[in-house]
Amino acid sequence: MRDGHSRRRVLECMGWAGTGLVWTMAGGVASSITLDAAQAAPKSVVKPFSFLQVSDSHIGFAKDPNPDARATFREAVAKIKSMPVKPDFILHTGDITQLSKDAEFDDADQILKEAGLPVFHVPGEHDMLDEGNGRAYLDRYGKGPLGAALGDGWYSFDHNGCHFVALINVKELKAGGMGHLGADQLAWLQKDLAGLRASTPVVVFTHVPMWTVYEQWGWGTDDAAQALALLARFGSVTVLNGHIHQVIQKTEGHVAFHTARSTAFPQPAPGQAASPGPMKIPAGDLRGALGVRQVSVVPGREALAVVDASLV
Amino acid sequence: MLSHLIRCAPSAAVAALAAVALGVAAPASSAIPPTTVKIDNFTFGPVTTTVPLGATVTWVNGDDIPHTVVAVDKSFRSKVLDTDEKFSFTFTKAGTYDYFCSIHPHMTGKVVVKGA
Repeated sequence: MRDGHSRRRVLECMGWAGTGLVWTMAGGVASSITLDAAQAAPKSVVKPFSFLQVSDSHIGFAKDPNPDARATFREAVAKIKSMPVKPDFILHTGDITQLSKDAEFDDADQILKEAGLPVFHVPGEHDMLDEGNGRAYLDRYGKGPLGAALGDGWYSFDHNGCHFVALINVKELKAGGMGHLGADQLAWLQKDLAGLRASTPVVVFTHVPMWTVYEQWGWGTDDAAQALALLARFGSVTVLNGHIHQVIQKTEGHVAFHTARSTAFPQPAPGQAASPGPMKIPAGDLRGALGVRQVSVVPGREALAVVDASLV
Repeated sequence: MLSHLIRCAPSAAVAALAAVALGVAAPASSAIPPTTVKIDNFTFGPVTTTVPLGATVTWVNGDDIPHTVVAVDKSFRSKVLDTDEKFSFTFTKAGTYDYFCSIHPHMTGKVVVKGA
């Protein structure tokens, strides 16, 4: 019980970490592997760059504690525009909308366009609520950035020597289960990764956490272990997700997991409330609990530098 | 007197009486009282609902977050229910119906429909 308590405390503190804190993940990487990775990596392949992650904009949400999720999403985009180092692109890790309505997707696109950057999407469960069981999302984003997306919209792309993989874990969910990737997507992932050198930095982005943060609230992915087994040979793997509206990070071997803040409303720390519903906080505290994330890729380093910045 | 009635009346009649006492209007054409399952704090309440054959069960979402009600055997499926929205289904076959929220699949419930 003591362990559980201290873990909970740690998670709680991380969830409320302040503006501009830099997480550097180097823990857990064995030195022999580091040497291997260093020898295998031609230094010229990976070029330095940064990108942005936004998540859980929930356009259409208008309840306590946020009467206007559009306004806070606009503020998040304004923050991105004001960044001194221009990121190369934005990843949106899902729950773009509250109810998968066309007007909500339209507004989200319109607001994101203001950033003037390419945007890569994965859906959250809130983006699959239309009568067509995800048609609204797939018609809009389902082809992927290069028209090469498959199945329910999964895809990958390369940028400056890094490999980015967009996974969908909010479809075909089973009663009593959590997030789910499915056999088709896992088979695709195996093929997608097969041709890559182990020294290639891999960034996986998806909506629901790829490790079990809290099973009682469904905060995990049933078949994540199969995906992580396929990623095990890589020297640098970064997994970015949303869904739980708070910053939590964990490192396991070469894999660094990061869940991001929402731009709409915070959710409670795991098990710290009766349900994972929106946390009712005073209006003055809201923007401190919302935010965006900047990720920098530094050649020669396994760990990507992750900076979580709140809206204020 | 109420306790006397309860002791003597069949259970369906008791439920109807309770419904009337609570001011809930039962359909005039049916002797089977409506049953409500409330969704609160990402939980179906009650988790298991037992009803007679022909009963209509209505789910009401009391959360700030949308939910759905989907039978595992696909015999019923609601559209997405936003706050205070409802979904009703009439059970015309006896049996046990496991259901869940397809958005938050850790939310599960059960309707047991007793034979005539």
